[in-house]
Amino acid sequence: MQLRKISLCLATLLAGMTLAPALLAADGPHANERYVMVSHGADSDSWWNVIKNSVKQASEDFGVPVDYRNPPNGDLADMARLLEQAAARNYDGVAYDIADYDVLSKPAARITAKGIPTVTFNSGTAEESKKLGAIMHIGQPEYAAGKAAGDRAKALGIKSFVCVNHYATNQASFQRCKGFADAIGVDYKSSMIDSGMDPTVVGAKVTAYLRNHPTTQAILALGPNAAEPTVQVLKQMHLNGKIYFGTFDLSPGIISGIKDGTINFAIDQQPYLQGYMAVASIVIAHEDKTTDKDKIIATLKANPKFQMRLKEYGLSPVYNADGVSSGPAFVTKDNVAAVEKYAGQYR
Amino acid sequence: MSTTTSDMSMSVAKTIPSNASLKPPSANQAAPGDERVRRISPWRALLNRPELGSIAATILVFVFFGVFAGNSGMFNLDGIMNWSQVAAYLGIIAVGACLLMIAGEFDLSLGSMIGFAGMVLAVPSMYFGWPMWLSMLFAFVVCMALGWLNGYLVMRTKLPSFIVTLAFMFILRGLTIVLSTQFAGSTIISGVGDKIAQDPVTHALFQGNTFQWLFTWLAHVGVINQLPGGEPVVAGLPKVLLWWAAVACSAGFVLSKTRFGNWIFTVGGDANAAKNVGVPVRRVKISLFVLTAFCACLFAVLQVSDVGSAASDRGLQKEFEAIIAAVIGGALLTGGYGSVLGACFGALIFGIVQIGISYTNVNSDWYRVVLGAMLLLAVLFNHYIRSRATTGK
Repeated sequence: MQLRKISLCLATLLAGMTLAPALLAADGPHANERYVMVSHGADSDSWWNVIKNSVKQASEDFGVPVDYRNPPNGDLADMARLLEQAAARNYDGVAYDIADYDVLSKPAARITAKGIPTVTFNSGTAEESKKLGAIMHIGQPEYAAGKAAGDRAKALGIKSFVCVNHYATNQASFQRCKGFADAIGVDYKSSMIDSGMDPTVVGAKVTAYLRNHPTTQAILALGPNAAEPTVQVLKQMHLNGKIYFGTFDLSPGIISGIKDGTINFAIDQQPYLQGYMAVASIVIAHEDKTTDKDKIIATLKANPKFQMRLKEYGLSPVYNADGVSSGPAFVTKDNVAAVEKYAGQYR
Repeated sequence: MSTTTSDMSMSVAKTIPSNASLKPPSANQAAPGDERVRRISPWRALLNRPELGSIAATILVFVFFGVFAGNSGMFNLDGIMNWSQVAAYLGIIAVGACLLMIAGEFDLSLGSMIGFAGMVLAVPSMYFGWPMWLSMLFAFVVCMALGWLNGYLVMRTKLPSFIVTLAFMFILRGLTIVLSTQFAGSTIISGVGDKIAQDPVTHALFQGNTFQWLFTWLAHVGVINQLPGGEPVVAGLPKVLLWWAAVACSAGFVLSKTRFGNWIFTVGGDANAAKNVGVPVRRVKISLFVLTAFCACLFAVLQVSDVGSAASDRGLQKEFEAIIAAVIGGALLTGGYGSVLGACFGALIFGIVQIGISYTNVNSDWYRVVLGAMLLLAVLFNHYIRSRATTGK
């Protein structure tokens, strides 16, 4: 019977797919350990690809199997279920991002109640992370990143700027603008445009602002959605290279902007570090039976494989009093070549 | 409604072949002299049930995960609670979708309705200062009114329900985004869960767990595991499971034991014939659209209570999942055949497969491939069992 053949094929396929990873992962001295990273990134969100790759490499470097789990549609309610599942499966360590504190606090509490070490990364703040009982948070503090960018501008004597904000609905975006504004000593509210996501509208609003404020010395774009249309506007107005232009995050458009001199720098939150260090930290926490973040960071710093990766991809973690952050790191004309080589994979 | 109408509708139900397996309540104890009624052995009657295949497929899925994820904690108590909640949420909307499908219609706006209901619940309570119970009531009323509108438009325009509800799928999703950005300035409204917890009525009905004392006692005597802190590993039975049971039981009762249930089959089998014998086709269909909207709203209310926030991307693609669950459970896409129990098993299969994959070691990139393959396998198996059962020997 035809149907039976199809069913048999399907069953074999499924069995193969479930068994193969188990067999592959069954080497190394720590093969009986198992860790998981839970993120909120939807399948279609390409930004998370770098994180996935970093998780894979951390898993290789430490010789432990690490599962990567995400809600396929990016629905946070599904992410909460995945965290509950991580608790039920008794993983040896869980890394997750704080996409929404309210939604995740209950399932996260289940994991910590079982005494499983957790580390948070990417979205969220260090305070939220602490309240959730995580060992540490590995992300980019938004205000500090904006301030670091502003300090660069201040060193060049810049006294006015415009903040192109494409996601004004998110509170974190204001922190980025405010940091920059505080560094150069202006009020951030009067220097910000709520540009929206549509590239045509972004371009039109930036053009209008620059016409009305011709003395503007610097532009801060909060991401590729704001930066790429702005690059075009500057070229049309023949202002490229004349206005000091910084942006958050990386994209192919931003990289070429840096290369041709339109963009002076990009603030990179180094997602690779978020993924790698989060996984590495829970592995160290479990194996060394410690929740002391300073000890964990010291152990990680001393790891030669980790240092190799940093060198290979040109990454630099930011060590500070709170522990460690993945950013800000600055991409300029000097180091853009290395970044371009690995863009979308490890950068 | 006069008794003649009811009698006539019964006879229609009996004469439509696709209904043969679902006996009207009187069939078993029909008068012995009635030569039109054949005696069926209980075993054959069991085999003829539409849900048999899905029960078998459920067992198959359990065996599969028993083999490949048996020692991963999936079948520990907290693991069971984890996937059974997913199944319960889906089960609630699958029951609504299933009845509507038996009546021969679809509701593609179901997923959007979930997101919308969450917003209608969150906005008045968070921004207008309404008490929680009132905004919850309001959400149910608004959703059921929209369900009525869906049904009314379908019946009035005679357009396929696919088209009408597709329009509402977009409209409601759009309204959800409008509501959230207008009032909250972001696509997610947080803090609703705390408000629900403060209101004794809504908290008692929808939030958290029940039977905590039982689980505490079981943990105390050592039947279930304890956390390092001494609490039981599962705090109680999530209320969503009770709601699922309640919705499924009442829908199952209505479908198989009441006159209205017979009307549902009749309307889905042949709406014209049903109309000719006096079945209020329009009323039946519209009330089922209202029921589906009710189920979507219940889903939303339970989910908002559980996760604590309403977001504009909730319920994405749930309309398809609900239809899938009903079809896995043996409902026909053409209407006139299906069962509530089957839909529940369909939801269980879908829930187990969806979550179960995470308990195996499959790479997440392969998630959808495995999901699709398992569902196809479950449906094929269901189909195979059913064709064996209905063709004899």
